[in-house]
Amino acid sequence: MAVIQMREAIRRAMVEEMEADDRVFLIGEEVAEYDGAYKVSQGMLDRFGPRRVIDTPIAENGFTGLAIGAAMAGLRPIVEVMTWNFSLVAFDQIVNNAAKVYNMTAGQYSVPIVIRGAGGAAENLASQHSMSLESIYAHFPGLKVVSVSTPRDAYGLLKTAIRDPDPVVFMESEMLYGMKGEVEDTPFTIPLGQADLKRSGADVLLVSWNKQVHTCLAAAETLAAEHGIDAAVLDLRSIRPLDEATLYAHAARTGRVVVVQEGYPYCGVGAEIAARVQEACFDALDAPVLRVTNRDINQPYATVLERAVMPGVDRVIEAARAVAAR
Amino acid sequence: MVDVPDTPVDREQLLSMYERMLLIRRFEEQAARAYQQKKILGFCHLYIGMEAIAVGATEALRPDDPIIAAYREHGQALARGMDPDRVMAELFGKASGVTAGIGGSMHLASAEHHFWGGYGIVGGHVPLGAGAAFASWYRGDDRVSLTYLGDGATNQGAFFESLALAQLWKLPAVFLIENNKYAMGTSVDRSSYLTDLSKRAAGVGMTHWSFDGHDVVEVFRHVSAAADHARRGEGPVLLQGTTYRYRGHSMSDPAKYRPEGELDAEQQQRDGILLAEKRLREEHGVGEEVFERYQLDAKARAKASYDAADAAPEPSLDQLYDFTWAG
Repeated sequence: MAVIQMREAIRRAMVEEMEADDRVFLIGEEVAEYDGAYKVSQGMLDRFGPRRVIDTPIAENGFTGLAIGAAMAGLRPIVEVMTWNFSLVAFDQIVNNAAKVYNMTAGQYSVPIVIRGAGGAAENLASQHSMSLESIYAHFPGLKVVSVSTPRDAYGLLKTAIRDPDPVVFMESEMLYGMKGEVEDTPFTIPLGQADLKRSGADVLLVSWNKQVHTCLAAAETLAAEHGIDAAVLDLRSIRPLDEATLYAHAARTGRVVVVQEGYPYCGVGAEIAARVQEACFDALDAPVLRVTNRDINQPYATVLERAVMPGVDRVIEAARAVAAR
Repeated sequence: MVDVPDTPVDREQLLSMYERMLLIRRFEEQAARAYQQKKILGFCHLYIGMEAIAVGATEALRPDDPIIAAYREHGQALARGMDPDRVMAELFGKASGVTAGIGGSMHLASAEHHFWGGYGIVGGHVPLGAGAAFASWYRGDDRVSLTYLGDGATNQGAFFESLALAQLWKLPAVFLIENNKYAMGTSVDRSSYLTDLSKRAAGVGMTHWSFDGHDVVEVFRHVSAAADHARRGEGPVLLQGTTYRYRGHSMSDPAKYRPEGELDAEQQQRDGILLAEKRLREEHGVGEEVFERYQLDAKARAKASYDAADAAPEPSLDQLYDFTWAG
């Protein structure tokens, strides 16, 4: 069992899939000669050559659309958007083409593409470079949305995403690329649509994904130590398809649910989770489903302002105590 | 521009192209009728007047060359050999339609014909056409992609980005601008400083030229030259074919923005079907009785597609969720 960084886990998944299948290639800004803006693709150009590790000009709409076309032709592109913020330039391609081609053509063409990159805030990157966009991509039937919190999950889920016949939006995190974790040496995959209980607990269910899972885990320690609240942490991992069975089972078991997400609250994933949990588990709930999210404003630059905007351990503890009435 | 040879087109080949042009026109007339009867709903963009482009361009390609188009694609689909019954059934929203009543007029597609479909966001399909060419480059096969687009798409960023990438990587792509003078109601000279839109390619260093898109033989020769250039690995080509649509932008558009007399002049002097007849008459000695027979056949074929579509069953609700996820 190796302990490796998140970026190494992602790279290992891509390298293995590219070695197994010539249809798989990596395309994006700075992925080849620069070794990746976050060094995720380090060494891949040397290994696979310029045919399969392809630097693009800064033209997200063009190269994402081109890769979607290549996928329609039967290739298996991995598009690296340096961060998901830039994907909005390619939004029309992802939404109107990748998400809809299989439907519009009544199944004659499919789009087996992975679009991956860093999502969420890093630090002090201000308004345009700090967004969490899970909710807007999960909005569209035809897209699958994965958002990962650990090297092991990133590895296993990315391999599945690359093999998946549908377009997969795969969200990583600038803050987690250096995070280390155990990943088995033997290749394995993790299916899409399976949540993972990162911490068991009887009193409150904290639902999260990506780096806020770690906020929840830290909060759960304090909740146990200082407040006598035993919090479970459920990592959704896959926003769409959503593991509703696991979510509802834990929600019903604890009766108290807090969704912790980065990004704007309005029409966010947290709103969707809250709505679904109350529809499915209304009789089992002992408190309203609460959300801890970014505050409903754009991301400021200054550290003191940024920290006030983001979800943090303190706010998670406050929400958990509120639903637990302790 | 590359050298465009005067490739000879024999009697049979020209008659075959004439037949397809006639079919498209009569088919579109049936579609207009069905729209007025509310049997075709939503948007319906007719190809009448532009037949020479689709037929000449398709003739220039191999059957396995991928083609992608925008939303005025009935003619392009028929030119590719898609079954008129199934195309009309799609316009009627029937189960036997080419996309099972899901796509409709703007999203006709047939993988069997390597026809990737019509797309409804202006310019949004152009990167996909570049991607089809990328796949040929990646695999090392010798297929050339053809992307049709309208003059209105040539101000979109997706179009420019596609040109930049295709030329950078010398992809085997032909981008064919069908300049029919109007993007919806806005004439080209009101939307673009350059009115020879093929010159858009100059900024990325791509081979480009413009040609008369009314004459099916000329279209065939020009697109053949472009496709040969791309297939030889010499890079993509941006073409402009000048053409004209006789109807409005869609069925709801009376096209009042056109100067008086413009439509009449186009129909009388530059109609693609009349020009093909002229060539057949003057170069191949084809008599009027042959034209009459082809006219009647096309009318009957189009009417048969209308009747078949009208009689076809509605899509089943059982399939409502079948085409969202491939896996």
